[in-house]
Amino acid sequence: MIQVQEKSAISICDLSFSYDMQAVLVDVNLEIAPRDSICVVGPNGGGKTTLIKLILGLLTPETGTVRIFGRKPEEARLRMGYVPQYVQYDPQFPISVSEVVCMGRLGHSFTGRYSRQDRAQALEALAETDLADIADRPFSSISGGQRQRVLIARALASRGDILILDEPTANIDHESELQFFDLLTKLNRHMTILMVTHEVGFASTFFKRIACVNKEVKIHPTSALTGDLIRDLYGGDLQMIRHDHCCSGEGHSHE
Amino acid sequence: MNELLAALFDPNIYFFRYALLTGIFASLPFGIIGTLVVVRRISYIAGAISHCVLGGIGLGLYLEKAVGVTWFGPMQGAVLSSLLAAVVLALVSRHARQREDSVIGALWAVGMATGLLFIARTPGYVDPMSYLFGNILLVSRNDFFFVLVLDVVVLGLVGVFYHRFLAVCFDEEFSRLRGLRTGWIYLLLLCLTALTIVLLVRIVGIVLVIALLTLPAAVAGSFSQNIRQMMLLAVLFCVGFVVTGLGVSFTLDLPSGPIIIVIAAIVYLFTLLGGRVVTAFRK
Repeated sequence: MIQVQEKSAISICDLSFSYDMQAVLVDVNLEIAPRDSICVVGPNGGGKTTLIKLILGLLTPETGTVRIFGRKPEEARLRMGYVPQYVQYDPQFPISVSEVVCMGRLGHSFTGRYSRQDRAQALEALAETDLADIADRPFSSISGGQRQRVLIARALASRGDILILDEPTANIDHESELQFFDLLTKLNRHMTILMVTHEVGFASTFFKRIACVNKEVKIHPTSALTGDLIRDLYGGDLQMIRHDHCCSGEGHSHE
Repeated sequence: MNELLAALFDPNIYFFRYALLTGIFASLPFGIIGTLVVVRRISYIAGAISHCVLGGIGLGLYLEKAVGVTWFGPMQGAVLSSLLAAVVLALVSRHARQREDSVIGALWAVGMATGLLFIARTPGYVDPMSYLFGNILLVSRNDFFFVLVLDVVVLGLVGVFYHRFLAVCFDEEFSRLRGLRTGWIYLLLLCLTALTIVLLVRIVGIVLVIALLTLPAAVAGSFSQNIRQMMLLAVLFCVGFVVTGLGVSFTLDLPSGPIIIVIAAIVYLFTLLGGRVVTAFRK
């Protein structure tokens, strides 16, 4: 007998989904083990966000199933922490950093009041993300990178087993990005991490696997990220931008 | 000024006292619910609800005067139609997605149209102007008690569910992922908005009430760092606008609704300009 494998954190089976008759995702099969770290890449409109919403249970698949630790997404919501893009927030909303983070503790009581334990968890999440000293600042007054970390802290305050992030590095500088991956590495010791990005190159050192989403979902190990793969993904030849090298105003290319 | 005080304590001019008291006590739900409406950016939905109130007022007048129903008047009609509009709008926002604004616009106009039709069939002369732009002569003792009841309801519900309202206003999707029944919370918010609007229709009228719901909160927003502060300031600003507005309207013999709104708008304008100047200086 083969030893029974540890139950998948996320298991997607024969899933298809379409918006108004237009197929967005077709025949998706995906198994994500606990403590896996997977990066979801692909062109805009390729179905990345739809895939995430299906996993979170915000959308219902047309055919096929999504299971989170063997249960329906709606039943397993409290085990997932979600980090949306910060740009979707009203920049004038009067709310403090700690109030945002406390929202990660919602859903534990009927009225939504926070217990002492809830507040302690929120403080811990703030400390984990190095935000303890700006906890009382208004959310609107901090930088883009800090806001992104606040949203991560909010997801951490939920104390889930899976962390799902939607383009968290889109608006932060290189320095914060490095810190951000340090944090993810630490979290990955006990959490499954699934992150959406439209950039590919930099992620390879942290992520164990890459899922390419463009109507279909294909899994690649990180070492196999080659020109062929990029061609597959974006449907044509592209040239790589050599950020490590500067040239004259006219530019030139290396064959 | 002395005349104003004299009028306030004159036992014969009771309507002015009721208008003032109703205005002051109505500021509580106005500031609190207005803040939520402003931060959730649903002032146009509140606008549609307030215009639907005319439909209910028309129905109430018609039933009372043409049919002779004693237990259903304009006030009951206003409450009923505003709650109905709130339920319809909550359903629309959940199911219609892209077409939401068309439905809101339609409901807005249909509410007024039915109101005017009912009024046309009501015997005797009814001046729709006083419902559209407010008339403090219409404020009665019952209105005042209705406001007190609503004060308790709004304070109670928002007090208990404060964090849920805050979460749904800030990030509905995330709240849903935390297991909150966001649809119900949103419906509750719209119903509270509806009842709040009905409160001040007598004083400022259907068309103008939306400004009194949003302007105090908008002014308060520029001085607040969190929702609690914003609610408290909005209540105070609302009291300020209503009291000065009624005072000016009495002294200059001008309609109270428009005066209150113009005062609120001037203060809002100065707040915006002041904010600009402050940021310019900081740079």
